[in-house]
Amino acid sequence: MSECRDCAGCGPAAVLPFPSGAATKAVAVIGPPNSGKTTLFNRLTGLRQKVANFPGVTVEQHTGIAELADGQIVELIDLPGVYSLSPHSEDEQVAYDVLTGRRDDTPKPEAILLVLDSTNLSRHLMLAAPILSLGLPTLIILNLADDLRNRGGTLDTEALAKELGAPVALVSARQGEGIEQVRDFLAGAMALPLPRSLPVLHDVPKCREWAGLVGSQANYRAPIAPKWTRRLDRVVLHPVAGPLLFALVVIAVFQSIFSYVTPLMDGVKWLFEVSGNWIAISLPPSLIRSLLVDGVWKGVGSVIVFLPQVLLLFLFIGILEDSGYLARAALIADRTMARFGLQGKSFIPLLSAYACAVPAIMSTRTIENKRDRTATILIAPFMTCAARFPVYTLIIAAFLPNRQLLGFLSVRTVAMIGLYALGFVMAVLTARVLKSSILKSGRTPFLLEMPAYRWPTVQSLGLRLLDRSKVFLRRAGTVILLVTVLLWMAAHVPYTHGHPPAIRDSLAGTLGRTIEPVIKPLGFDWKIGIGLITSFAARETIIATLGAIYGMDHPDSKSMDLQSALRQDLTPGAAVALLIFFAFAMQCVSTVAVVRRETGGWKWPLAQFAYMSALAYGGAFLAVHLWRFV
Amino acid sequence: MQLSGNKETSEILPASLVDLRRGDEAVLSEIDLPVEDARRLMELGFLPGARVVAGQSAPGGDPRVFQVDGSEVAVRRETARRLKIHRKGRLSRPA
Repeated sequence: MSECRDCAGCGPAAVLPFPSGAATKAVAVIGPPNSGKTTLFNRLTGLRQKVANFPGVTVEQHTGIAELADGQIVELIDLPGVYSLSPHSEDEQVAYDVLTGRRDDTPKPEAILLVLDSTNLSRHLMLAAPILSLGLPTLIILNLADDLRNRGGTLDTEALAKELGAPVALVSARQGEGIEQVRDFLAGAMALPLPRSLPVLHDVPKCREWAGLVGSQANYRAPIAPKWTRRLDRVVLHPVAGPLLFALVVIAVFQSIFSYVTPLMDGVKWLFEVSGNWIAISLPPSLIRSLLVDGVWKGVGSVIVFLPQVLLLFLFIGILEDSGYLARAALIADRTMARFGLQGKSFIPLLSAYACAVPAIMSTRTIENKRDRTATILIAPFMTCAARFPVYTLIIAAFLPNRQLLGFLSVRTVAMIGLYALGFVMAVLTARVLKSSILKSGRTPFLLEMPAYRWPTVQSLGLRLLDRSKVFLRRAGTVILLVTVLLWMAAHVPYTHGHPPAIRDSLAGTLGRTIEPVIKPLGFDWKIGIGLITSFAARETIIATLGAIYGMDHPDSKSMDLQSALRQDLTPGAAVALLIFFAFAMQCVSTVAVVRRETGGWKWPLAQFAYMSALAYGGAFLAVHLWRFV
Repeated sequence: MQLSGNKETSEILPASLVDLRRGDEAVLSEIDLPVEDARRLMELGFLPGARVVAGQSAPGGDPRVFQVDGSEVAVRRETARRLKIHRKGRLSRPA
């Protein structure tokens, strides 16, 4: 009676109970942040999903296929974590639109899995009111049953089901406990919820009162406070130990992805060398062989070498996120972020941007404030992403010795941390300027729920890594492969007297020499120029490009590796300039595309691209000229 | 004189979450924020009448975590100041 709009979806519901066997059923998964909704989704589909303890990380809608025991297939739609269905934020809007069939891109769900945290039932039950009022078949899943039990909480699921007029399942998605009940619901004829008197949906106090009442009817006894979380927080949020731990975590992550992963990378490199030689031997000398070995194999191989490193970085981010530490890190970072006009919630996207700006920019949707969000999007590409990393590694390794400083840090690690800091400082300065001018905003309250600490599960970490390697390899297999092949062709025309031209006289060489006057002031020659041109597709492509160019330039000498070639062509000052250019420039088509999508136009991505390019050029120019005084 | 007197009373009378120290407990009386912001807070459990316990804070005391309605939520000082509490009972425990 109170919300006609919420009932708009129940009209055609009468057709539902027996869906035709041929069509797949679409079922929505919804729940508040931290209800373990994504873990359940992973458990049911086995497909990739971001699992986090951080409120609202699941912003994108993810769909997955759950195969049931009888071979039936159900399509699951994982909706963003929301506290209510009143469409006030973007997340709630998306959830509301999907559930009521207002989105063209998503089928209207035939049923709903409502996931609630059983250890905080009274508050989480508030979401049951708007969901049940939609009139779709609904299974109420009380997750984290193991936590509830361990901490001495109890409830009567049958009484709760009776109270709500819908089936209730007590499960632990992490342990797999009770999952059969969910599968049974998906497989069976799904009954519509029985009519119950629900509270006025937009009145939060009334909803809470209703939820509390329902909980007490079901004899809900709330569990005692999580002892370990409290104990850990006393250390993690300690005024002295907390920031120290924060710094330690950051250093540990960087040190391990720069030092300890080297043997793995050498292994991958070796594999590519051996297989490249094998291809070279087994094929007759021809253009095709040259394309395969010098173009494709060398080019793509020089990028894939970095896969172990990228994965290790994602493993760390995953562990921090799933364990619950990331929310504490956001809390510790909030005050600093506030100084630059941002907030703790910007910390998560910015930290993800260390892996890749694209998912980071997508995850800014958790920031309710539009202006804070735009500012975060605009500065995210300054964070040192995984694609910059191989470029930095290559240049640093070519120009700096692997000497130890202070006994445990290598000079290279220090240089790398410096570059990371450089990107961060520029991001922060940019944010400051933006937030005190065009993106100035009123203060919206910063609210951050602290989830209980949990052990990350191997499954969720594994799925995340699998997904990341797919993304990385897809890039290597598409954008980078395409650029490598185009480059190889540009390096082999014009073909004269049955011989390819010297690389200098080829189309690629001509292009490089055309832009040479522009980049000469930065200390770069035409070869680096070709690399820079290709790197605007994706940063790490420059390695493939330079690998191919130097390979063609000195076809006979195998010993002429990339590092020594670079040392010949770049002065130390120019090497620093190149590093700075890469630290600041927005060389990534995917990022430009995602910024356009997320900001709804070309205005921001173009301004961002121009700004970052100017900064890159200016920074590199300054660096190469100042270096002379060093 | 009068002005300063007014100022004093207005500063002392309505206590807020900012006045709580770690371990202190209070009952929320009123949320002095725009409707939209108040709704977010209420969804997280900050309802008038709710029992709130002050917990850990970030280094420097801001933001602070509050235990409310079964969960722990971090709130900045500027927001905590707008969450008024009933002044019954002691505000700070004897050390």
